[in-house]
Amino acid sequence: MVNLTALKRINDYEWEIPRSFRSDMRVPVRIFATQRLLEAVMDDRSLEQAVNSATLPGLVGHVVVMPDMHQGYGFPIGGVAATRYPEGVISPGGIGYDINCGVRLLGSQIQYEAVGDYLDDLASTLNHNCPSGVGTSGHVHLTDTELDEVCREGSRWAQKKGYASEMDVRRTEESGHLEGADPIKVSKRAKERGRGQIGTLGAGNHFIEVDFVEQVFDLRAAQTMGLAEGCLAVQIHCGSRGFGHQICTDYVNEFQQAVHRYGIQLADRELVCAPLNSPEGQDYLAAMRCAANYAFANRQVLAYFARKAFEEALAGKVKNWHLHQVYDIAHNMGKIETHIVDGERIKVCVHRKGATRAFGPGFEGLPEEYRSIGQPVLVPGSMGTASWVLLGTQGSMERSFGSTCHGAGRVMSRSQAKKKIWGEDLRKKLEAEGIHVRAGSMAGLAEEAPQAYKDVDDVVMTVVGAGIASKVARLVPVAVIKG
Amino acid sequence: MTTWLSSWDIIKIMQTLAGFREKAHTADWELEVWAPNLAALFEQAARGMYAQAGVRLQPAPRQTRRLELSAIDAESLLVRFLEELLYLQSIKGLAFDVFDLQITEYALRAELVGALISSLDKEIKAVTYHKLKIRQGRRGLVVKIVFDV
Repeated sequence: MVNLTALKRINDYEWEIPRSFRSDMRVPVRIFATQRLLEAVMDDRSLEQAVNSATLPGLVGHVVVMPDMHQGYGFPIGGVAATRYPEGVISPGGIGYDINCGVRLLGSQIQYEAVGDYLDDLASTLNHNCPSGVGTSGHVHLTDTELDEVCREGSRWAQKKGYASEMDVRRTEESGHLEGADPIKVSKRAKERGRGQIGTLGAGNHFIEVDFVEQVFDLRAAQTMGLAEGCLAVQIHCGSRGFGHQICTDYVNEFQQAVHRYGIQLADRELVCAPLNSPEGQDYLAAMRCAANYAFANRQVLAYFARKAFEEALAGKVKNWHLHQVYDIAHNMGKIETHIVDGERIKVCVHRKGATRAFGPGFEGLPEEYRSIGQPVLVPGSMGTASWVLLGTQGSMERSFGSTCHGAGRVMSRSQAKKKIWGEDLRKKLEAEGIHVRAGSMAGLAEEAPQAYKDVDDVVMTVVGAGIASKVARLVPVAVIKG
Repeated sequence: MTTWLSSWDIIKIMQTLAGFREKAHTADWELEVWAPNLAALFEQAARGMYAQAGVRLQPAPRQTRRLELSAIDAESLLVRFLEELLYLQSIKGLAFDVFDLQITEYALRAELVGALISSLDKEIKAVTYHKLKIRQGRRGLVVKIVFDV
């Protein structure tokens, strides 16, 4: 266990576990958190998992842990680790089973006050149009050839099929398409699982949420993104479904032997990895990119059906029911990026597991309209609480491999949440607060109760205080659709 | 004097010898499983996984599946077995409630009897290797398994 006395305090928002803490650490662990947020995770294994992650071969700089950290498996959730390319390793467990789980934000000019009477109907229509829940299949069934196209093209496939506009694709991380995806590296089983699940939300912590913009903090950035106080916005949170889960499963199994071949000692078997320049590492990278592209396309198809739902529920009742894309970002991903480490500009593989890319102003890969303000960062809160729109900063580029937090972060186990909270009571409470809820499972709703999470405002204040993000707008929910 | 055990006593004894329980885990699900031998441990792990996911079976028709798996060690074999069940659940909509397992070294032969799933509460994304170690405990073999949910 790691306790507070082992941590070196850098400032109010930054702490370090030095390399000397454990002999097998290759780099220090840098934690972005207030003392209060740190104390909240002392009973779980987040920091121990961060220390384990710091033992991987080829790491550079430091392992970064975000304030929404919590215990996962292998890596902690909220962890960022960069390995030198191409001789460092890639670890499927450091990216997670839900490859490219991420968030999309759609903005609108619809005034919340003008649609209050229609929100219940809108929630039902969204729930009907956007399939959610365990093992659900969607409106779109892919042939083998089409699935390969999704793997290679991501959001561009969706655009070709009429599910996306040019602006949707442009305003997606990597334009919704990672180069180097190779469907040959994906198993038959993964393809079987992926064929019918495009355009589905899934279950667990995935959701579609209708919010309104409660407060704008950066008017210029908000205007650039098309966000205005009092207007509705929609968040879509999901990933690569069974397709990504199976790809990660396949490679975690395969890498169990690869670590022996490459003589890699592990602190935890879930951290299995292979050198990026090995055949195993290259194969996983190519397969992971297929899942990433699948997830971009998945959120795009869901956005298409969310727009249809808005049209069905609001056409003729408000002037403009259109939803425009603000941005779409991944929070479980491995990316080859260039960063400055110890004064040297080097290529690295950045593992983000429960952490968001947060590139600052000037980065070429951003859409032109965002290049001067920085990359939009979407931080969903827990159900029934606020969510935030932030921007990447120069600070995030310098101190966290261009990364920041991804959400509120759990503090209560699922079993505790189920014991303490009744799903039906929670649904009634949220409805009484004016939040329209559609949930496939009351037990699942209880597990995702706001009490099970940290205060997202505390998390955001920490990353802003630390200088690895800046505030744009705060959103509050008015309708939630959960699987 | 002969003392007869009630069926409730027998169930309690069986539960002491083999069983599973959920352990607190912040983000995912952790299941502690115990049993007198490896085959029983694998069966309890499968039952525990189904119980956590809230799997309910259709009464009929019953279906039988045979599996043959091998791995580099017992822990990997356990992961492979549970993954196989998750795959059959996801693609075929099948789950099982009768298990005949034979495990020799790191190879498994299984005959499973079950049915199509009538309803399911939760989605399990994957079986992880996180801190996975089958240990000899006071009650026999014990393992803690973390599932990504």
